[in-house]
Formats: sequence, structure tokens, C-alpha cells
Amino acid sequence: MTCLSAAIADDDTLLAARGLALRFGAIQALDGVDAELWPGEVLAVVGESGSGKTTLLNVLSGRMRPDAGFVWVRDPAGRRQDLHAMPEPALRALHRSDWGFVQQNPRDTLRMNVSAGGNIGERLMAQGARHYGIIRATAADWLREVEIDPDRIDDLPRTFSGGMLQRLQIARTLVTHPRLVFMDEPTGGLDVSVQARLLDLIRGLVARLHISVVLVTHDLAVARLLAQRIMVMQRGRVVETGLTDQVLDDPHHPYTQLLVSSVLAA
Amino acid sequence: MSVVLRTEGLAKTFTLHLQSGVRLPVLAGIDITVHEGQCVALAGPSGAGKSTLLRSLYSNYRVDTGRICVRHRGALVDLAAADPRTILAVRAESLGYVSQFLRVVPRVPARDVVAEVLTARSTPLAEARDRATDLLLRLNIPPRLHALPPATFSGGEQQRINLARGFIGGHPVLLLDEPTASLDAANRDVVIGMIWEAKARGVAIVGIFHDAEVRAAVADRLFEIAPLQDAA
Repeated sequence: MTCLSAAIADDDTLLAARGLALRFGAIQALDGVDAELWPGEVLAVVGESGSGKTTLLNVLSGRMRPDAGFVWVRDPAGRRQDLHAMPEPALRALHRSDWGFVQQNPRDTLRMNVSAGGNIGERLMAQGARHYGIIRATAADWLREVEIDPDRIDDLPRTFSGGMLQRLQIARTLVTHPRLVFMDEPTGGLDVSVQARLLDLIRGLVARLHISVVLVTHDLAVARLLAQRIMVMQRGRVVETGLTDQVLDDPHHPYTQLLVSSVLAA
Repeated sequence: MSVVLRTEGLAKTFTLHLQSGVRLPVLAGIDITVHEGQCVALAGPSGAGKSTLLRSLYSNYRVDTGRICVRHRGALVDLAAADPRTILAVRAESLGYVSQFLRVVPRVPARDVVAEVLTARSTPLAEARDRATDLLLRLNIPPRLHALPPATFSGGEQQRINLARGFIGGHPVLLLDEPTASLDAANRDVVIGMIWEAKARGVAIVGIFHDAEVRAAVADRLFEIAPLQDAA
């Protein structure tokens, strides 16, 4: 009997990068990085500070241009586009609705002098929504979705706790039903008890809405919980990649072994 | 009866880079064939590599050489050469694994930990929860616990949640790592009954059963793993 080494045949890859390189002065931030992402997949990029993971996120999302290599993405119409050759308006349009970005610090994306509902509605309006009643109702639904009391819809974000602000940022990002979301240390600045709630929330929403995510984190437990696949970066290079459970339970590269063995078991 | 799992020449060596690169060969030349409805018990002294083999069959550990052929959608697929997405598809539909310990996810209630296996295959939530509830009741998990996250449950309760999660999917190949280790006699008998029923449905099982009574009750044959010599 034969035994196939079959791959999934249909090529529906959402994003792919080849040979990315980027240098900041003496520092090689990216050095020959390849990556790809399937629809509905959560890919974690892990490594210590300075390993190049945030730079990779910025290049994959078109916020930075690599010195060498390319990124192609599938646009909403299903066509492959060379990300860094896209005209600026097309890239901005992608970021307005089809893509989302969740920052470690929600204050970087939220408008602190605009109400919670306004922060969510703004992204819908940028996408073309005009009906006030529908925008407000959708904002209230999304507040509920991220476990914020919809009665807070007219409150300013500055009255929210850190965990609530992060959940508001997630509501604002997901309201347009993006296919691809970039997340940079989304649980980074939060208390551990708040982290668990947020992780569970992200995990549920991503699975239910079938969103693809590139998740940058230095926390291996976060990667274990959210990501199907993991890339380990060190000094701008990808040193190991595979299914999350493979890489964390059977790490091969010396650096991955060091990372895994440095985590304290609670 | 058809082959549902077969390995050829599996070998696995751990290289511990943090311990000056010491190499620990654990598996070499493993050839095992399992047919539909069969239960094979892995045997051998502690440290011989039984758990390593089980984890390798699941592609949790990555083998150095050899093939791991698992029946998936009517064909044998080599997990040792498969891309990550294929491995996930095989795990979702064809190959189940019950680890010794439950990995707890914060806030997710026991019933949903179990139901998740089905909802991931697009089974409606209500139906998935009903089936999870049935299985939890069969494993003597009282209803008041079903809506609670298992983090605070006892070892035996967590193991039964894990078993429910492993059995609910009805995977045609099931890997069991010490499924009865922390169970009392009554629950052990429930698990033996579940294994018998699975075998009768044609499910192939590879397991580690330290409990001699359980092993005698479920295993059709033993697969002996001899410890390898350490390479210097």
C-alpha cells in the first residue's frame, strides 16, 4: 500500500513573503525571512526584544518597505498583489476594512477624546456606512461582543481600564470583519487576570469569524493558546518554524530550546 | 481488515543543545502496523520511549527519519512528510490523542472543552454541547461541573474531561497515553467499556496502559519497545 506525502492542493494562501531583508544602520533587523499565512490561520512570531518580530509585522502589513525580498497578498477580489508595489490609496483601503491592526498600547489607535461608540463607528464610516442608527446599533453589539456594557457607549475611553481599552481596540478593529489582523503583543501591558479574559475573547472571535492573524508575542503561553503555527526569530532570522505544539514540545534549535526552558511553570 | 496506521523505520534522537549538545537516541527502526478495530499496547520499561513514540505518531514530536502513515479520507497520508496544514486536518478528522494531562484553557467550561472538537468541524453548537454532556455524564462528571472551567477540578476529573474530549470526535485512529492512571475502579470500567465500543466500531487504538488489568481487557497485542543504548 502506498503512503502519500500529500499537501493541501488548493492554493488559497492569503499572504506570502520571500527573502525579506531590512537593515537599520548596523542592525540587520530582517535577514532572509520567508513566511506564509492561510485563511483562518493564527501564526505566532516569537522571540526576544530585538529579534526582528515587530519589524517583520510592519513589513508584512506594508507599514515598512524591505531592502530586499517581497510580500504578496491576496486582495478582496482574490488577486495576488505585490504589497510594496501597491499604490498608497489601495494600501490604505486595505487597512481600512479588509485588514486590521491591534497594537500593544490601545491608546495608539483609539481616539481618547471620542466616545467608545464613536471609536467603533468611525471605522464603519470610513468603510462607507452612513446610517446613524445602524452604526450605533452595530457599535453596541460589538461592545457586548467584547464584554463591555453597552451602556458605556457614550463614555470616553479615558474612563476605561487598560483591559477594557484593549477590548475596545479589538471591537474597533473587528467591526469591519477584516480577513487579516496583525497583532503586536496584544496582552502585553495587562495584568495576568485581565490577560486570560482577553486571550479567551480573541481565541473565540478569531475562530468564529475565521480571521487570519499574524501575532507577535514574546509570551510562549499566548502563542500556545492562540496560534496553530509558530515562527521563532533570533537576530532577524527565522530559526525554527512548525506547528505550535511541535515547536514548543520538541524544540530543535538551540535558541528555541533556550526560550522554552526559560519559562517558569506556574 | 485494512491498515489504518503503519510506521516504517521511525527514528528519533533528542539533541539537548543546552546540555552541551548531548544526544539521546530514543527510537530507532520502529515498524508498527495497526488494523481497523485493533488495540495495540506499547510495552517496555519506563524511559524506553513509549510516550515518545505515541507523541511521534501524533506528530507532536518530529521524527528524524521514517514514515508515519495514517488513513485519512480514504488514503494513507505520511505525517512525517506532511505540511502543517495537512497534519492539522488529519488530527481534526482521523487521528485523536488523549494526553495524560489536560491542558486547561482559562474560562472555557468543561462542556465546551469537550464540545470544541465537534464545533471545529462545523457541528452546530447545541448538538455538540448535547453530545459533550452525554459523554461527561457517562464518565460520571456531575452536571454541576459541566459549566465550570476544569482548572480547579481534581486530577481524576480532569483526566475524564480529557477522555471525553478524546472520544467525542470518533476518530478512526486513537492514541491513548495512560487513560486510566488517576481513575477509580468504577471510572476505569467506564473507560474500558468506551474502548471496547470504539474497537467494535472499527477504531484502531495505540495506547500506553500501565494498569495490567486494563491492558488485559483492551489490548489485542503488545508492541515491545526496547531501550536504546545512549550514544556518547
